[in-house]
Amino acid sequence: MNMLKLAVLAAAVAVGLAQAAEAATFRYSTQNDILGLDPHANNHGVTNAMKANFYEPLVQRLPDGTLAPALATEWQLLNPTTWRFRLRANVRFHGGEPFSADDVVFSFDRVRQQTSDMSYTVSAIERITKVDDLTIDIVTRGPNPVLLQDLTLFFVMNKAWTERNNAVPVVRTAGATNFPNLNVNGTGPFRLQERVIDTRTVLVPNPQWWGRANHNITQAVFQPIANPATRLAALLSGEMDLIYPIPQQNIQQASQAANVRVVQGPTARTIYLGFDVFRDDLVDQPGTRNPFKDVRVRQAVYHAIDIETIRRVTMRGSSQPTGLFIAPAIGGFQADMNDRLPFNAERARQLLTEAGYPNGFTITFHCPNNRYINDEAICTAIVPMLARVGIQARLVAQAMTQHINQIQGPGFNTSFYLLGWTPGNFDISNPLRELLTVDEGGGAFNIGRYRSARLEALRPMIVNETDQARRTALIREALTIFRNDLPLIPLHQEPQVFGLRGTVENFDMHVQEDIRLFQVRMR
Amino acid sequence: MASETRDAVPGHFARAQDALSRFWDSDVMHSFKRSPIVIIAFVVTMIFFIAAFFASFIAPHNTFDVATLDLSNASLPPAWSEGGSRNFVFGTDDQGRDVLSSIMFGMRVSLTVGFASVAFAVTVGVMLGLVAGYVGGAVDSIIMRVADVQLSFPPILIALLIDGLTRSLLPRGVHDELALVVLVIAIGLANWVQFARTVRGQVMVEKNKEYVQAARVIGLPAPLIAIRHVLPNVLGPVLVIATINLALAIITEATLSFLGVGLPPTEPSLGTLIRIGNNFLFSGEWWMTIFPGVALVLLVLSVNLLGDWLRDALNPKLR
Amino acid sequence: MIAFVVRRLLQSLVVMLAVAFIAFSLFNFVGDPILNMMGQDATQAQRDAMRELLGLNDSFVRQFVRFVGNVLRGDFGVSYRLGLPVANLIVERLPATLELSFCAAVLALSIGVPLGVYTGLHRHGAMSRFFLVISLIGVSLPTFLIGILLILFFAVVLGWLPSFGRGEVVRIGWWSTGFLTRDGWRALILPSVTLCLFQLTLIMRLVRAEMMEVLRTDYIKFARARGLTNRAVNFGHALKNTLIPVITITGLQIGAIVAFAIVTETVFQWPGMGFLFIQAIQVVDIPIMSTYLVLIAFIFVVINLVVDLLYYAVDPRLRIGRGAGH
Repeated sequence: MNMLKLAVLAAAVAVGLAQAAEAATFRYSTQNDILGLDPHANNHGVTNAMKANFYEPLVQRLPDGTLAPALATEWQLLNPTTWRFRLRANVRFHGGEPFSADDVVFSFDRVRQQTSDMSYTVSAIERITKVDDLTIDIVTRGPNPVLLQDLTLFFVMNKAWTERNNAVPVVRTAGATNFPNLNVNGTGPFRLQERVIDTRTVLVPNPQWWGRANHNITQAVFQPIANPATRLAALLSGEMDLIYPIPQQNIQQASQAANVRVVQGPTARTIYLGFDVFRDDLVDQPGTRNPFKDVRVRQAVYHAIDIETIRRVTMRGSSQPTGLFIAPAIGGFQADMNDRLPFNAERARQLLTEAGYPNGFTITFHCPNNRYINDEAICTAIVPMLARVGIQARLVAQAMTQHINQIQGPGFNTSFYLLGWTPGNFDISNPLRELLTVDEGGGAFNIGRYRSARLEALRPMIVNETDQARRTALIREALTIFRNDLPLIPLHQEPQVFGLRGTVENFDMHVQEDIRLFQVRMR
Repeated sequence: MASETRDAVPGHFARAQDALSRFWDSDVMHSFKRSPIVIIAFVVTMIFFIAAFFASFIAPHNTFDVATLDLSNASLPPAWSEGGSRNFVFGTDDQGRDVLSSIMFGMRVSLTVGFASVAFAVTVGVMLGLVAGYVGGAVDSIIMRVADVQLSFPPILIALLIDGLTRSLLPRGVHDELALVVLVIAIGLANWVQFARTVRGQVMVEKNKEYVQAARVIGLPAPLIAIRHVLPNVLGPVLVIATINLALAIITEATLSFLGVGLPPTEPSLGTLIRIGNNFLFSGEWWMTIFPGVALVLLVLSVNLLGDWLRDALNPKLR
Repeated sequence: MIAFVVRRLLQSLVVMLAVAFIAFSLFNFVGDPILNMMGQDATQAQRDAMRELLGLNDSFVRQFVRFVGNVLRGDFGVSYRLGLPVANLIVERLPATLELSFCAAVLALSIGVPLGVYTGLHRHGAMSRFFLVISLIGVSLPTFLIGILLILFFAVVLGWLPSFGRGEVVRIGWWSTGFLTRDGWRALILPSVTLCLFQLTLIMRLVRAEMMEVLRTDYIKFARARGLTNRAVNFGHALKNTLIPVITITGLQIGAIVAFAIVTETVFQWPGMGFLFIQAIQVVDIPIMSTYLVLIAFIFVVINLVVDLLYYAVDPRLRIGRGAGH
């Protein structure tokens, strides 16, 4: 369309003007606003990314997924359950208070509260004790190979400031307003200048930060824009320097616009299909046998899905088809076990016949329509693929709120659904617990209530095994069980797609889809 | 036997012809013939109706039969553009559906939902408005306060509530079959207040006029006066709102589908096609939203022009 | 008259109670707030504790009674999503929505009424037909599409107007206004045009329909016969008599603009109440949803009261009718 060419031209002019005015102000936008500034209250992607600009953990995860020292400079294992951490010296909070071991112990007690959504980051820790002002010991409940992973989102607050402002309890609802939700006092590279909820959050660099600033921005303005088209318009018109995400179908056009470039990379989120493998009857047709209890039917569905066409057409070539429920960035990933059952409609029909469904069957297919990239389009594309092997799927695509309400426990009112998962600690132990086992309080998202005795036994062993080689062997056994039983059918890993203006010289994508300001360089 | 038939046919035929020619010469037809715009609107509306209701026979592809869809055909431009296929005149959408066929099938859903829900809203609204305005007093207060309650909820939420209620009250299978009916009632109930309040306002004026008082004096029962004498005089604004509300109902249906309480996305309505196509507006795949959009605009335009004309033609005061 | 107003205000209390009650029964269908409040890594014990803390295990009648009790004490609760008092959040958003609605209503009336009069007077004129057709195109497209097209053209292609937000606002006490800065005015244009289109078309067509009707009545013919100027007849007599349905609908539409600016506010990232509400629906933020709905009920009650009072002002016959009837 000629309109786009015009748009590009006009946008180029606009950006020229904008550049001259404010060279070092970095404006960026994502879909949702942050939920609040309290580092211990909410566990939510955009919010966690924003917190990381203000607050710091003991150990940080770099954009490529590797770990690096942050508030702790070095650590060693004293015995299988005790770690000693040296803390960084001469660090100050934004308010001027010096950072010490007391702050870490205090933050540990604060984040452990039941109202804190971040308590999972320290759930493996028995206690933290102060050795001296700059040394602490962390005692874990059992041998723990993923402690450092867990610690990357354990943010440290200042004890005196929090107590002074009567903010020790993590308040989510009734009663007093949570002071730290509106105010910031961290050790991180940025300070809070202004926050207007759902409108903008303004950050300025922290001149006293202990690290060497890689960025050259003097001010960062975060403005959420919910509507994808409006967000893209704001980038094209030069009102934004960076937006996230760009819808797949706009990648090509956006990258052709003058002064705009698109960068993309993989994320750690896996999209998958799930089955009810527990009930005898279909949930929407009481009295009708649940075909998904038969592994051959699950294999048939797997063979019926033409993932390559979904990747090429629906995802515009930007997704990564997968045979495992964890992404390459997740600890425990086994590259040689990531192959999929091939797309083979003939084989699918054969399996259905063997399972006693020569004429197929009818099911309801539950799908979100505003949560994952092109979620509704993926589901709509899967319906004809299933129809061609004889499975008539009635698609119910609804907003994520209703979708999750439908499929979640205690009702689990679905026999067949689509969902996505990013392991919070970037380790296989998390999805093993949440998606694939049910014992010991696990399986909050094990919608199909799949249970394998061997997998239940393997999970604690994997969690506690510190020897890498032995751990890998256990993980491979668990993955083999998964590939044989197929309680879920992995589809692909979602891509992350950022739109940048020419004003941005450098921006490092983070595997957590975070926008970390301290890596941003402007021209 | 044969002669009887031969006898009968000319007789019926003559009578029919007579009636037809009387209709043809009537005032209504006269104003119809005089206005080319109305004729065009009529023809367009008829084309849409025929295309919609005979979609299964005349559409080039059956887009509601999911087994025939092929993702490899997705996002093809219209036939006359580079890369287009003669098989898909207006191109295909992101699922490989033929846009032209989608419009025909989608039009069927939209027309059904649109007309039925507006008819429902008009019936409920006009009746309650008449009663409220004519009877007045406590009845008026109650009806109008119910209207206040109703207005406080966005139509979408009301539709959600009704859908949720029917979902919990009806067995699952039945609900799926009744999805369309539920949708019509939900959208209709969400929009009756406008009609009720407008009619009430008009009735309050009309009921004090001489002709109504005269009717009362000769002892006609109140309902009869309200329906026979007051109603015809308040229909003008009702028709205006009704024709505009048709568009609103069609769009509401699309929004509901988005929230997951409408019809499944595998059987898209016209509004749903526009909603999905909207995602492709910035990506240069304009045909996915422009063609359904143009179809909707033409439909609403024609229906409104016909509504205007009908209103003028049927109103004796305007002749 | 005063008795009438007092009675109506008492009725409005009942209306607001009913709205709150229906709202509470509605929440069962919207979803489970806990699933949205607690991230994916929360334990079942945490979810249960939060459910208990929020009182979500109680029957909805009890939740309703508690809500009403708190509201009577001036406590509207704390937003589940943002962890801040709902009253503060709504007060913060109120100016944005009211300013946008005001501009849209002014646009709709100041363009809709004259166009309605014009097209009513010149029923067969080419310009009349043009206006009628154009206005219909505006209502037959979904708001989100119109908004995006306006953004595409005026913000991206021409670069004249901002594509989102309120621009620079000035705080006067608790009220934040965009009326005092150039930036604020620029930001207002696209959203108010988008929001006013439907109302504009409706008002224009209603005025036209009524105008045509009134112009045929005897007393207009009589006025003409008396030799009054066209101008005096059209505006002094005819227009005044078209106003009853127009006032009704305008009243309704002003309420509707305020209440249902939802889509426009979402498209333009306008930080108003409608946007707050739609976000609340997405995460089942019950305190915000119920407060918002009660507030909207209040606005409708007030507007309808004003409309009924205006009837009396515009149409003297109603006064006589009422007076005789009571």
